[in-house]
Amino acid sequence: MKKTLLALIGLTALTNLAPAAPQTFDFKDPKGVNNIVFKLDALLEATQGSANGITGSVTFDPENPALTKGKLVVAAASLHVPNPMMKEHLHGGQWLDVAKYTDITFETKELKNVKTSGDQTTADVLGTLTIKGVAKEITAPIKLSYLKNKLGQRVPNLKGDLLVIRSTFTIKRSDFGINPAAPQDKVSDEIELALSVAGAAAR
Amino acid sequence: MKRTLRILALVVALAAVSVWLATGASRGWTRTSAPVKTVDQVTGLEGIEYRKQFLPGVDFLAGALLGAAFLGGASLLFGNKTKTQH
Repeated sequence: MKKTLLALIGLTALTNLAPAAPQTFDFKDPKGVNNIVFKLDALLEATQGSANGITGSVTFDPENPALTKGKLVVAAASLHVPNPMMKEHLHGGQWLDVAKYTDITFETKELKNVKTSGDQTTADVLGTLTIKGVAKEITAPIKLSYLKNKLGQRVPNLKGDLLVIRSTFTIKRSDFGINPAAPQDKVSDEIELALSVAGAAAR
Repeated sequence: MKRTLRILALVVALAAVSVWLATGASRGWTRTSAPVKTVDQVTGLEGIEYRKQFLPGVDFLAGALLGAAFLGGASLLFGNKTKTQH
């Protein structure tokens, strides 16, 4: 009995000392909070909208955030602007053609300039952004917040961790063939994107 | 008829301007939904939901004023009533 107890204590101690393994966070958000906001500030007209059809997964190791990798997918049809005609055009063939190109994806390649302080990590992520079938390598600044044991507070009856990712960066619609002929004084070529997503890793 | 059309044109123009002003005098396009921001207490993320709301923009105002002008213009097609003298 004594030996069994000692073995159990030893095993527990070893488990606690063992380095944390990389965790895979699922970004399909049951609360529907995950979103990406897009802003186009042209000379004559400003356009703003958002998308919330976000899925994907990210592998994150709290002990080594530099090894973070993953893929996020935005359902193109979930892009919303408050004007119904503008939304119809946005989803149409000249602009995003959401019927043909159903997903907008971002897949990481590597993280650079990684700085970690406590549960917060900032870095520049290099990855491939694919919009309307055009893949382009981009670098974007990201902020990762690792929320240990917080999943239960968000989704009752579940234990696990959360990973929050925030990023704001700019792309050019002409780079992705999004109606490049459209006048830039009405629809800006530059699109500012602000990503705010949380993923869950249940235990 | 002429008088009725002119009154109608005035009513349409006034109603359109009043509605546009009362809903915030938006200088953008007409919107049929408005974003509502919510904050997730655990993650601190700001979520966006859209609720149905009609917010007339300059296209609504221009359309209504054009309609009023059309009504006013149509009134010119009708001649003045000839006064009968007794």
